[in-house]
Amino acid sequence: MTQAPDIRLSGDFHHAGRPLFSGLDFTVAAGGWTCLLGPSGVGKSTILRLIAGLDTGGSFSGKIAAGDGEPVAGRIAFMAQSDLLAPWLDVFGNVTLGARLRGEASDRTRARTLIEQVGLAEHAEKRPASLSGGMRQRVALARVLMEDRPIVLLDEPFAALDARTRAEMQELAFETLKGRTVLLVTHDPAEAVRLGDHIFILSEEGLAGIEAPALPSIREVDAPETLAMQARLFRALRGGVAT
Amino acid sequence: MSPAQRFIGRSRDALIAAGVALALWQGIVWATGVPAFILPGPWRVATTLVANIGLIADHAMITIAEVLIGLVVGAALGAVTALHLMVSPAARRIALPIMVFSQAVPVFALAPILTLWLGYGMASKIAMALLIIYFPVVSTFYDGLRRTDPGLIDLARTMGATPARTLLFLRLPAGLPAFGSGLRLAAVYAPIGAVIGEWVGASKGLGYLMLLANGRAKTDLMFASLFVLAAFAVALYALVSVLTRRMTSWSRESTDTI
Repeated sequence: MTQAPDIRLSGDFHHAGRPLFSGLDFTVAAGGWTCLLGPSGVGKSTILRLIAGLDTGGSFSGKIAAGDGEPVAGRIAFMAQSDLLAPWLDVFGNVTLGARLRGEASDRTRARTLIEQVGLAEHAEKRPASLSGGMRQRVALARVLMEDRPIVLLDEPFAALDARTRAEMQELAFETLKGRTVLLVTHDPAEAVRLGDHIFILSEEGLAGIEAPALPSIREVDAPETLAMQARLFRALRGGVAT
Repeated sequence: MSPAQRFIGRSRDALIAAGVALALWQGIVWATGVPAFILPGPWRVATTLVANIGLIADHAMITIAEVLIGLVVGAALGAVTALHLMVSPAARRIALPIMVFSQAVPVFALAPILTLWLGYGMASKIAMALLIIYFPVVSTFYDGLRRTDPGLIDLARTMGATPARTLLFLRLPAGLPAFGSGLRLAAVYAPIGAVIGEWVGASKGLGYLMLLANGRAKTDLMFASLFVLAAFAVALYALVSVLTRRMTSWSRESTDTI
């Protein structure tokens, strides 16, 4: 993996003739977790899809660039709320999907190691239908790690999991994605507080940066600082003052 | 319940249903006293079937060959067409409206012209079977290809996949359950196409034999031929059904449907 760069997105976005956001200036810091919080429909996922170079159904005018001047395309890995596993492939086949889609030989040993790292060594030959939701997200995480990209975009990847599995997945993702530039889009303040080195709230009024707790991430769910921060974020999300 | 138990249970239910239907049929024949050339009883049909098994088998072989060739060629053409529609916007713009319009023409109405063009032999019947299954195969498979989870397609794009490989490794397998539904429909339609072709003009085949027997008031032979045709159609459906389910054992769709 090359050095993880920061990414800066600035500009306006229009959807169906109406502006979704304008004059936005958003930076995803290099080599750490940036959490983008906000209610549904304000454009969190749109920002993520713009950086990923995916269709957004609207028009963007502005600039998306990596801090090192290299193109962003080809350097990102993507993980969404639904696991996006191919149901006809087993765990191993899903983890090595990227290489097959590019027509490259896949590094089988590395794939085995990564499957082991996410704790699914015994399930490598199983298809997604026989795995639990948490296990399927582990497969998706192993696939992201297999791609070995410096930039990782996460679109509410833990939202559909139960509380315990979610906490475990957050820890596993934090551990395994160290050193990469990670953008996490979420609507869960607790998640943002646990993981974020930098936290932003996107609302109808625009983007607001929130100072993350002084504790280094990943933070304990029940630390007083975490809980206090969570309460502040929750108030900010409900339209209160976020200071 | 284990699969074996379920199979035994379902077979028993089917036998009971068949027994009830046969008893009802025989009961109607006895109660109304209709002559055998109007409605022969099941026993008489069975003895006719046994007595004429050579004759019926000769004709059945022709019909079976027509159906199988039509099915294989039609399914292959349909699959290729669906893939082509998926990759080519021009094909979608031009071919799709033509295909939909062509469905407004009843295939039955084409049978005489096909016989005129392709003759009284097997070719015109194969063409009928092929024409009748082509559209269902194309439309179900194309739908399946198109409805591949857009998230998976997005993922493929972030992974740097080529369009050809996305089609081959994502859309194609994702479309297989729908293709399987298309093939199961085709297995039901293909015998209909072949038999209609035989009715319009033929000198061999079960459809021809039924028409011939009917014209000569050999109603028992007509029923015996019909029974063989139905048995073949059911067996064909069962075979295609097992094959397509095996092909897509990962899909929930393949276990939910009959």
